[in-house]
Amino acid sequence: MMMGGQPTLAAYLILGAILFSIGVVGIFLNRKNVIILLMAIELLLLAVNINLVAFSRYLGNLEGQVFVFFILTVAAAEAAIGLAILVVYFRNRRSINVEDIDELRG
Amino acid sequence: MIITTILFYLFSAILLGSATAVITARNPVYASLFLVLAFFNAAALFILLGAEFLGLILILVYVGAVMVLFLFVVMMLDINLTRLKEGFLSYLPLGLAIAILGVLELAVVFWTSPLGHIPAPGPIPANADNTRALGVLLYTHYLYPFEIAAVILLVAIIAAIALTLRRRQGTKTQSIAAQMAVRAKDRISLVNLRGPEQ
Repeated sequence: MMMGGQPTLAAYLILGAILFSIGVVGIFLNRKNVIILLMAIELLLLAVNINLVAFSRYLGNLEGQVFVFFILTVAAAEAAIGLAILVVYFRNRRSINVEDIDELRG
Repeated sequence: MIITTILFYLFSAILLGSATAVITARNPVYASLFLVLAFFNAAALFILLGAEFLGLILILVYVGAVMVLFLFVVMMLDINLTRLKEGFLSYLPLGLAIAILGVLELAVVFWTSPLGHIPAPGPIPANADNTRALGVLLYTHYLYPFEIAAVILLVAIIAAIALTLRRRQGTKTQSIAAQMAVRAKDRISLVNLRGPEQ
């Protein structure tokens, strides 16, 4: 996986792919716990950020890092609102199980 | 440059291991602590790629703010841990199969496309200033997106407060509107004690 002594872009991209898959599996596995689900979403966003920073370095274009900056902003907002919804939900139902969130089911 | 490669594989291995621990940990507190470890390693990878500013921001914002928020919520909620892990194993084969398939497909694409074999750029010059370059780009060409990002954060603050704010029934609090709307004749009534003049 080495070329000229440094990891190639493919190495970084595969790292991002593996991390993204771990996040997806986390969403599959933790169907009972919304907190771990939110953490899995953070892992997905982190994988995307690693890809963008690697592209930014290997293509010599700084704009990839600007996009990482905006993704970080949106991810922080998402975590804050998600946790707020979670707290309100727990206050009403005493549970954070995903399968209990079915009140809108017809 | 062999040291860069060694560090890349070291940080990647710890990152993937702690990410796996995040999704399999039984206790949500352990999961969030492993996520902190994952963010530290991702920040190290960012710095390895020459993005020092984003690496430091990742530690400051994620480890310092978001993960502390996660830990607050985990400790605030009284969660029944035994019920949470029901059905954990029943989804494991399907999830694992999908993940392995996805990684293999992406790996094949990356290895066969010319994109994956872009030669690594030369070493970062010693006087490179990533923070300054990013700031110049952010405050000129990306000024409007930057301001929209600020508005997104404001919306997030207001939404989080509005969602979690609640008025408890039966507590004694001031009603500011009622205080401001009061007039003198509501509070003082002048009574003629001597009665009508005789």
